[in-house]
Amino acid sequence: MGKPSDLVQGTLDLLILRTLQTEPKHGWAIAKRIQQISNEVLQVQQGSLYPALHRLEQQGWITAKWAESETGRQAKFYSLTTAGREQLEKETANWTRLSQAINLIVSEA
Amino acid sequence: MRWLTQLKMRFLMLTKRQHAAEQLEDEFSFHLEQQIAENIASGMSETKARQAALRTFGNPTLLREQTRETWNWNMLESLLRDLRYSVRTLRRTPGFAAMSILVMALGIGANVALFTVVRGVLLKPLPFADSDRLIVITEGGDEVSPDHPVAGGIFEAWKQQSHSFSGLALTGGAEFNFSAGDTTGTQLAESLHGANISANLLPVLGVQPAFGRGFTPADDRREAQGTAILSWQLWMRRFGGNRAILNQTVHLNSQPYTVIGIMPAWFSYPDPTTQLWTPLYHDKPTALMISRDQHEFRAVGRLLPGVSESTARAEISLIVNRIRSQHADDPYISLKANTRPLLEDMVGDIRRPLYVLLAATGCVLLIACLNVANLLVARAAARKKELAIRTALGGSRLRRIRERIVESLLLSTAGGAFGLAFAALALKWLVQARSEMTRVESIHIDATVAAFTIAVVAFCALLSGLISAFSSGDRNILASLQSASRSTSPGQSRVTLRRVLLSLEVGLTVVLLIGAGLLLESYARLRSANLGCITDNVLTMRIMVPRMQGSQPAQLVNFYEQLLDRVRALPGVKAAGFTDVIPGQGYWEDANFSIPEHPALPAGVGLFAINRWVDPGYFNAIGIPILKGRGLDPSRKLDRVDEVVISKLFADKYFPGEDPIGRHLRVTDGTAVYLFRVVGIAGDIRYSLGEDPAPIQYFSLLAGVKNNGSLIVRSSSNVEQLALPIQRIIQSLDRNLPVSDILTMDQLLGRSTVDQSFNATLLVGFAALSLILAAVGLFGVLSYIVAQRTSEIGVRIALGAQREQVLRLVLADGLRPALVGLALGLIAAAGTTRLIQSMLYGTRPLDLTVFTAVSALLLAVAAGACLVPAWRASRLDPVQALRSE
Repeated sequence: MGKPSDLVQGTLDLLILRTLQTEPKHGWAIAKRIQQISNEVLQVQQGSLYPALHRLEQQGWITAKWAESETGRQAKFYSLTTAGREQLEKETANWTRLSQAINLIVSEA
Repeated sequence: MRWLTQLKMRFLMLTKRQHAAEQLEDEFSFHLEQQIAENIASGMSETKARQAALRTFGNPTLLREQTRETWNWNMLESLLRDLRYSVRTLRRTPGFAAMSILVMALGIGANVALFTVVRGVLLKPLPFADSDRLIVITEGGDEVSPDHPVAGGIFEAWKQQSHSFSGLALTGGAEFNFSAGDTTGTQLAESLHGANISANLLPVLGVQPAFGRGFTPADDRREAQGTAILSWQLWMRRFGGNRAILNQTVHLNSQPYTVIGIMPAWFSYPDPTTQLWTPLYHDKPTALMISRDQHEFRAVGRLLPGVSESTARAEISLIVNRIRSQHADDPYISLKANTRPLLEDMVGDIRRPLYVLLAATGCVLLIACLNVANLLVARAAARKKELAIRTALGGSRLRRIRERIVESLLLSTAGGAFGLAFAALALKWLVQARSEMTRVESIHIDATVAAFTIAVVAFCALLSGLISAFSSGDRNILASLQSASRSTSPGQSRVTLRRVLLSLEVGLTVVLLIGAGLLLESYARLRSANLGCITDNVLTMRIMVPRMQGSQPAQLVNFYEQLLDRVRALPGVKAAGFTDVIPGQGYWEDANFSIPEHPALPAGVGLFAINRWVDPGYFNAIGIPILKGRGLDPSRKLDRVDEVVISKLFADKYFPGEDPIGRHLRVTDGTAVYLFRVVGIAGDIRYSLGEDPAPIQYFSLLAGVKNNGSLIVRSSSNVEQLALPIQRIIQSLDRNLPVSDILTMDQLLGRSTVDQSFNATLLVGFAALSLILAAVGLFGVLSYIVAQRTSEIGVRIALGAQREQVLRLVLADGLRPALVGLALGLIAAAGTTRLIQSMLYGTRPLDLTVFTAVSALLLAVAAGACLVPAWRASRLDPVQALRSE
């Protein structure tokens, strides 16, 4: 089971932001989503999402609201703020550039 | 808009922290519930589902911690936690806490008080506009008299010829017999210290009266009506702050003066005791104001922008020099001018003593910090196991250091609070006790002092916290868990550190003790210096006779004779006399003379000596022996006064190898020339306690030229009891005659040495304080070491060690740091005492007696502090000791 530090620094933030792009989600749904989409490759220890979520919230990239979940229980739903959307675009562009560069080096060398 | 979201978060995290924590719990449990539900759905049993969910989730406690760390204000929160923790720890050891806080309070309080004084007196600019451009000007001659007051004629020349100043003003001291109402009124007359000032003094200083107006050039003329400006304090005291006094008449020396203004409360110039001001050129005779060689005044000038002090000094020096060469026949004209900044002039004398005292309080503070650090280290040692366990459980080293600093911050903040209160009390006392000190009115606790206090508190917290933190930050802290439960050896490095701290403490204490010892010795020498006259059972009181209209000299002489006759007739009075200046009271004035029997002196050379006006009975009254010839003749009065008595030094210096009796002194007083015949030689006296005797010429009071001076009365016992009867005699002679400074000779001399006694007392206080602190430190460390070695000592005794041996062993252990400290302190003192050389009288900075006495005292105190723990160690019951673990 990988720890967040095994991911490239800052990648967890990008993953969270990206997952929230379509709709607000609660923590468990975010964890599930990341596992699903990555075809279970990224096995994030679920709990370690929370320090990241709270940090992003303190920084104003995402905001949280308590609402009723699909099971009828109150859950904390996170959604992107306007600033968070811009941040996501910026980080996505950064990531693309970085991964292309790494791909290039890996294939050339 | 992101900042708005952030701000909202910040606010929420500050106000709803508890709520946020609850929500976090909720969030976690929701997550787990979801996961469990999913696991059950995929076919697991309920127990298995829960375990699997927890596995994928991770350690909730750790995650909770990590999440909280991302929250805003986390630093503050953990700081508060440390603070709460520290308060709890300190509360558990109230003795330790009280001791440390008291030590810190004394150290910080003394520093804050001294800093407040230094700032108020030395550092704050004077309360005058552009005060750094104000300079004081005096005249200077050859090496015999390198610095003396200004003559009116010279000042006039400066005013006309100099181009360096935007204004030049002149001041002179004055004593006034002040009475409000008419001369026959019932209002109490009193003797006041005031000043004569030229009309432009206030504009030059840039000051205005609080009410009324300042002097105009029209007021500042000989023929003008008398005008006066009162100090705020005099106005409040005598007139209850009633403004109706403006334009009313008061009497100064029986002359009418109109009150034209009141100065603001903060204003006091030239010194703090000045209570009223009158125009200089109105009060002083014109002849004096144009004289070039009667040095009576002080000049203050405001430099023009762009002109430096040295340029100005060169210019006015040149003017003095030119006048000197134009009047080559007058040897009493100065050679040059001296200048210094006004602030320097006012506080130059007290700068060094104040800085020495400040340095001493700095040492006390350092010792206090070391002591508290020592106590903290001792406690850290006692908590060694607890700390080790915390380290084992993952407590970070940084966290432990922070905790220790928070703890010492707590101690020093409490100490600082008490210290500030202590400083406020000390300052209140000081301002009252030293009301005559220059600029005493500008001593206040203000924002700068508050900032200084905070800085000192922070310094103490860091110093003592870091010392103790690093001593407990040993990397091998876990070793204490491994070492056997029997505490055989206390961590050697920690004890070493404490010994080093102790040596430093003792060293600083030795430096303070030696400084204090030197000042004390110097003060004792000063007080025991032989004045040259009788000081026991001598009462003095100052009298000022207003100048009467008409035939005043005859009236004056009549008054003196009546007064002395009636006082001498009082029962209990052994002898009485009158003099214008009492021995030990100061230099006051001198007079120029020449000796007609000697060959004429070369041009440009003049003789002068201190002069005194005394009644013929004075020598007997105060016990100055007549060594040769006789005293002054009481039957010669007024114009017939033509005799002089000279002191032995005068005779030796100006009549070497010849008999002065029958020779003459030609004394010039401005324009007039008088011839006096030498009739006797009197014993030498000191005009000031700290100075060597100087040549003196005594003239007869019966000439009727001096209208103020002191009555001297000698009795065989309890001379103070005579004060009231004598005052009654004076009242019956003239009911409007104020009497002031009713003091015995001892009190008078005490007053003239109040600075030295003050400095010595304070320094002794600080030294005693640090001696106590060092002793407490020694006692604490040795007790701790003994406690740590209880079982070892028990084994030694069980194996047959003699109790004396144990005693010696422990004593040596405790005395070693004291000896090292003593050596360090003696070396440091030998280097630093030179700095207080100028404050010493008749004492060398390396005075062997003081150094020896201090060493002995320190060793005695150190041995005393070590004896109790050592004794306890030697009395140990081996069975008890070995069982105690």
